[in-house]
Amino acid sequence: MFLTVAGNQKEYENGITVAKLVELENVETPQYVTVSVNDDFVENGTLETTVLHDGDTVEFLYFMGGGNARSILY
Amino acid sequence: MAFSNEQLERYSRHIILKEIGAKGQKKLLNGKVLIIGAGGLGAPAAMYLAAAGVGTIGIADADNVDLSNLQRQVIHTTSDVGKPKVESACETMQAINPDIEVKTYQTFVTSENILDLIDGYDFVLDGTDNFPAKFLINDACVIAKKSFSHAGIIRFQGQLMTYVPDSGACYRCVFKQPPPPDAVPTCRQAGVVGAMAGVIGCLQAMEAVKFFINAGNLLTGSLLTYNALTMDFRKIKLPKPDGKCPVCGEHPTILQPFDYEQAVCDLKEK
Repeated sequence: MFLTVAGNQKEYENGITVAKLVELENVETPQYVTVSVNDDFVENGTLETTVLHDGDTVEFLYFMGGGNARSILY
Repeated sequence: MAFSNEQLERYSRHIILKEIGAKGQKKLLNGKVLIIGAGGLGAPAAMYLAAAGVGTIGIADADNVDLSNLQRQVIHTTSDVGKPKVESACETMQAINPDIEVKTYQTFVTSENILDLIDGYDFVLDGTDNFPAKFLINDACVIAKKSFSHAGIIRFQGQLMTYVPDSGACYRCVFKQPPPPDAVPTCRQAGVVGAMAGVIGCLQAMEAVKFFINAGNLLTGSLLTYNALTMDFRKIKLPKPDGKCPVCGEHPTILQPFDYEQAVCDLKEK
């Protein structure tokens, strides 16, 4: 089946889960990535059970800090 | 309010643009932006917004200028090392444009003061580095119904999104809660190219300008990512706001801003 992952169309094994895709794509800090499939958030804890289908569009949304380090402290 | 001759000349390249014109420039002159963090992202944003004639710019930062800041925080110079960042930033902004008012807040931004700080501003620009701060700014802006620009940078990558009340997902819809301390690399641990702060900080300034002149499309409901190594910009459409989001959802449980614990190592490092 074909998926569009982060803008690139690629062929994957049929019926893989989001968790498997995260592994195949070597996603950095996978436990903290937000995944969307066809413009819907994949809920936390359901990556293992969310099965992907031919034609799905998947995006990985990463945490990113930056800017000034110490402007805010607690 | 009529323009002075000096203003007509200073802002002539804006006024000539059909998307800005005299009307748009007046909106900028009446605009009020709060920049939280006078660092890598806040520096270019503050300078361009000052140059653009955004009439009131607040800048909040508790820190002093450090030598290691100068690789990317272009609002400060070598002679500013040791000086409060807000003071150094204010001097640069006023040197660029004495036509605007700069308000400085040399303070840590916390749940105690954030609502007072953002009150009276039209647009907030998140130039902070740590996740607790980013969630605090998001929650406060959602609660106070303020528009804001979120951004993050690391290594050769950057990203930003814009939140406008009732149009598009908030930061918490997307990222839920801060990752545990040190779970996700920070600029201090992983490094960042100085120019990345310039690129993304300028894009944040661009969002603020567009917000005031009401031109084009803001990055609401989308996340713009930039990879400097491949030179790929991607505008990722975000899912619609999460109805279950604890701050902007249908039944919010976060009704007041609150602080997350900050990692101890972050307190020690610069």
